[in-house]
Amino acid sequence: MDSIIIEGTPKTPTVNFDSATGKIEIKGRSIPENSIEFYKPLVDWLEAYSTAAQANTAVNIQLEYFNTSSSKCILDIFKKLENIAKAGSNVIINWYYEEDDEDMLEAGEDYQSIIKVPFKMIEIEE
Amino acid sequence: MISLENTYFDLKNWFEKSKDGQVLYSYQGDITPEIITQLIEKTENVFDNNVNFNLMRKVTFHVVIESLQNLFHHGLSIEDGKPKYGAYLLLFIENAIKVITGNFISIEKIQMITDRINQINSMSKDELKALYKLILNNDDFSEKGGGGLGMIDIARKTGTKMEYEFFQVDEKVLFYVLKINII
Repeated sequence: MDSIIIEGTPKTPTVNFDSATGKIEIKGRSIPENSIEFYKPLVDWLEAYSTAAQANTAVNIQLEYFNTSSSKCILDIFKKLENIAKAGSNVIINWYYEEDDEDMLEAGEDYQSIIKVPFKMIEIEE
Repeated sequence: MISLENTYFDLKNWFEKSKDGQVLYSYQGDITPEIITQLIEKTENVFDNNVNFNLMRKVTFHVVIESLQNLFHHGLSIEDGKPKYGAYLLLFIENAIKVITGNFISIEKIQMITDRINQINSMSKDELKALYKLILNNDDFSEKGGGGLGMIDIARKTGTKMEYEFFQVDEKVLFYVLKINII
């Protein structure tokens, strides 16, 4: 299936979903007013990917900011990843946060407590 | 249509009186996604030019983004068919940054807003975390007018109590002011 590559904007993240390598990346800022519009194609892609997932699916989430509207959509992405894991793929979610950004670390931990997929919290230098 | 003549509420006067401290940025007028992008950029410029505020930068951004988007989702226009109206002030008072937003709302919303803010203000950090996760994970709650995830997020990140005021505009409309402190 085709990859999704979306260039970032001041309000939406850079997206790179690669079905050949099983690499799923969301990076930048996610603060659109209507996040459902942005995330729906990504959720749909993951739904399709789940039927023919790679043996390993590595997810990299590196967000500077995300609004609460996006937070629900990000959860939807993670729930699709749960399904992909249930279908047999080895899924790991790498959650990046800047050093001293306790709020971003906490947000990752919130998702980690809800989603039944391994998370790795990775601190990056500002 | 909201008539601002012959009402008890003087919008211009309120806006000027709200500048009660060092004004870092202020705006009133149309609220659209494009204007919100510009307001966020202006806010970034304030922080780029004031390294003293660095420690409050990220939290302030979260607050500004959620507050401005609340104006967009929940505010009313002054004139039918025109963009929603919103006011935004970024102040520095007594070693804290203050984000003030103002918008028109239907009078029916006053109880819901009051109850929600009072509830959130009374909750501990752990209670806010639990409520946030509950609403996040529950499909029954919608973001618009539903669970109020935005306000919970603001409360979690600032650790301060939100302040609010309502001003009567006419029998159907209020002007709702929200003030958030970042210390």
